[in-house]
Amino acid sequence: MRKRDYFMLLIFAAIMITLPMWGPLIDAGYPDIMQRFAVFGLIAVGFNLLFGLTGYLSFGHAAFLGVGSYTAVWCFKLFTMDVIPAIIASTIMGGLVALILGFVALRRSGIYFSILTLAFAQMMYSLAYSVLTPLTNGETGLQLALGDARVIDRAMGVNPESGLPSTSILGFGVSNQGMTGYWICAIVAIVGFYIALRITRSSFGIMLRGIKSNQTRMSYTGLAARPYLITVFVISGMYAGLAGGLLASVDPLAGAERMYWTASGEIVLMTILGGVGTLFGPIMGAGIIKWLEAKLSTFNESVVEQALAFLPDSIEHGAAVVVSKFVGEGWHLSLGIIFMLIVIFLPGGVMEGLQRLAGLFGFGKNKQAGANSTPAE
Amino acid sequence: MDAIILQFLNGVDKGAAYALIALGLTLIFGTLGVVNFAHGALFMLGAFCAVTTNHLLTLSQKVKDPSITFFEAYIDQPYLVTWYGDFGQTIIDWSVPLSLLLAIPVMFLIGTLLERGLIRHFYNRPHADQILVTFGLAIVLGEIVRTFYGANPIPQPTPDFFQGQVPIGAPFGLDIAYPAWRLMYFIVGILVMFGVFALLQFTRFGMVVRAGMQDRQMVQLLGINIQARFTLVFGMAAAIAGIAGALYTPTLPPNYEMGMEFLVISFVVVVVGGMGSLGGAVLAGFMLGILEAIVALPVISDLIPGINQVIIYTVAVVVLLTRPRGLMGRKGVMED
Repeated sequence: MRKRDYFMLLIFAAIMITLPMWGPLIDAGYPDIMQRFAVFGLIAVGFNLLFGLTGYLSFGHAAFLGVGSYTAVWCFKLFTMDVIPAIIASTIMGGLVALILGFVALRRSGIYFSILTLAFAQMMYSLAYSVLTPLTNGETGLQLALGDARVIDRAMGVNPESGLPSTSILGFGVSNQGMTGYWICAIVAIVGFYIALRITRSSFGIMLRGIKSNQTRMSYTGLAARPYLITVFVISGMYAGLAGGLLASVDPLAGAERMYWTASGEIVLMTILGGVGTLFGPIMGAGIIKWLEAKLSTFNESVVEQALAFLPDSIEHGAAVVVSKFVGEGWHLSLGIIFMLIVIFLPGGVMEGLQRLAGLFGFGKNKQAGANSTPAE
Repeated sequence: MDAIILQFLNGVDKGAAYALIALGLTLIFGTLGVVNFAHGALFMLGAFCAVTTNHLLTLSQKVKDPSITFFEAYIDQPYLVTWYGDFGQTIIDWSVPLSLLLAIPVMFLIGTLLERGLIRHFYNRPHADQILVTFGLAIVLGEIVRTFYGANPIPQPTPDFFQGQVPIGAPFGLDIAYPAWRLMYFIVGILVMFGVFALLQFTRFGMVVRAGMQDRQMVQLLGINIQARFTLVFGMAAAIAGIAGALYTPTLPPNYEMGMEFLVISFVVVVVGGMGSLGGAVLAGFMLGILEAIVALPVISDLIPGINQVIIYTVAVVVLLTRPRGLMGRKGVMED
């Protein structure tokens, strides 16, 4: 790791720690959305390790997220409400599922890999909905219940007097108390970012980039690409599993819709939007998308009309009708359009945009070499 | 035995839908080398062409209800009925087949516009970028449809003529009846597929396109504007998806998300059939459709619960691992 990497880590940690202070400025001061920033930032970082470094575009990452969530909730139900074992278990499960999937899917590359991962994720989604109902509770989603075993909690004599128990960490409540949940997510996200940084800068990371730029040449020099690919796929799956576990920790329920292809697509969107192959990009993308989701999806026609009140009355109503198609329920439309524009005009995502801006204003000299990347194959 | 045959037939019409979508995907991939994640959305647009046609045909006015004489009661009466009486009613009844008149030109137009406006700029970009931009396009198309038609499935009528069952088992002494509409779907599917093959094999246009699939640069060097031909092929593929979608509406009420479900399976179909092989796409489409229906038989699904959910993907995995080229894939086409 270079000096600037520690600097980057420091900046990221500072952002995460000070988020509760400046979050309210962008109308994102409440724990729920800040947790989303951290959790989806984490999963995007993990996805970027795979896609950004090796160029293997996985369309099935939501499957690991879902598996992580289910594992964590089962952990709460069976053993203890403490968060730590749950997120460890969900990380391991995410890794295991990724190992199985990767073993098969990584036999192929390019679009075959994308299609295989997409097919796998869809398969797991439909399984979670139908046959695996005893495990996943099907359409209702897996929830805590009063009669759950919670073996360890009961043995320790920890049991709520009434109502459903809430998740906790070392005795401190998590899911019933606002900020604790965020701090857990933030700390995990910082650690995750640090690990991703280390991986990117390690010789392992350089191998992965070698695979991306020319796999044939890699194998001619006597290196088997497959073990590297499987390893990074498992790591990436572990990140997703961990993120799923965190989601379940702050809100202990898990549903199959977390594994739907749109969820996988969203992870891809975040990474592309922020900037593939950059370290900060995916986190920024996750932040932007989650923020837009929280803001745009709550707008309705009257809010839009208020915002457009400065327009002359004659065109105000028409404009409001048009704009309201892009917010509220229809915010996915805006998302899709933004995404297409990014892919078409700015394949490097927001990070590339920032770099171009910096270049325009003459700061381009100290452009970092590692962060910039060509669109991945 | 009868149950197996019936289930086989049930698979056949779903297989026809898979095969038609996969055919379009393969055409696009074979000619333009583009992986089109928006093809499911085109199928969905085709289905909504049928919805739109039905909507247009049943535009109504309020007229006095003659059956109620005590007070003024009004009912919605479609203009067509007001103008043409029973004939108008028949037209409305046939709205789904008639929607092809809308779906084919509209989808062809959408296809060519997409190719000219968007896909063309992605020929030289990596496959991942093509996947991403068409994926974004699929989201946008789906959401546009949702803003106009809402999120709920909209059932479409089966024409009276195709109501009921056809005793297709009778000539063989079997007691098998099959819904007429689905039989029709299968027949139309086969006709479209034959049409595409005939176009490619027996016409000059098809010859040029096939040559372009083999070696695009060479064809260009011979002074043929292969690009224009490929644009038409893209339009054609979109129109095929449109036909498949429009005629599928009486079987499955369309909603804005239906495209993606079919897309995922169609991709599996293409992969199993062999990337770039039209015959493989059709074969694998029918094969997987039938397989999916047969394993849904109670005998099998009781034995292995959930098998009908995973069979297609399992087949895909097995095929990809044992025969990476797919069933009928040509050597050298996207083998890695």
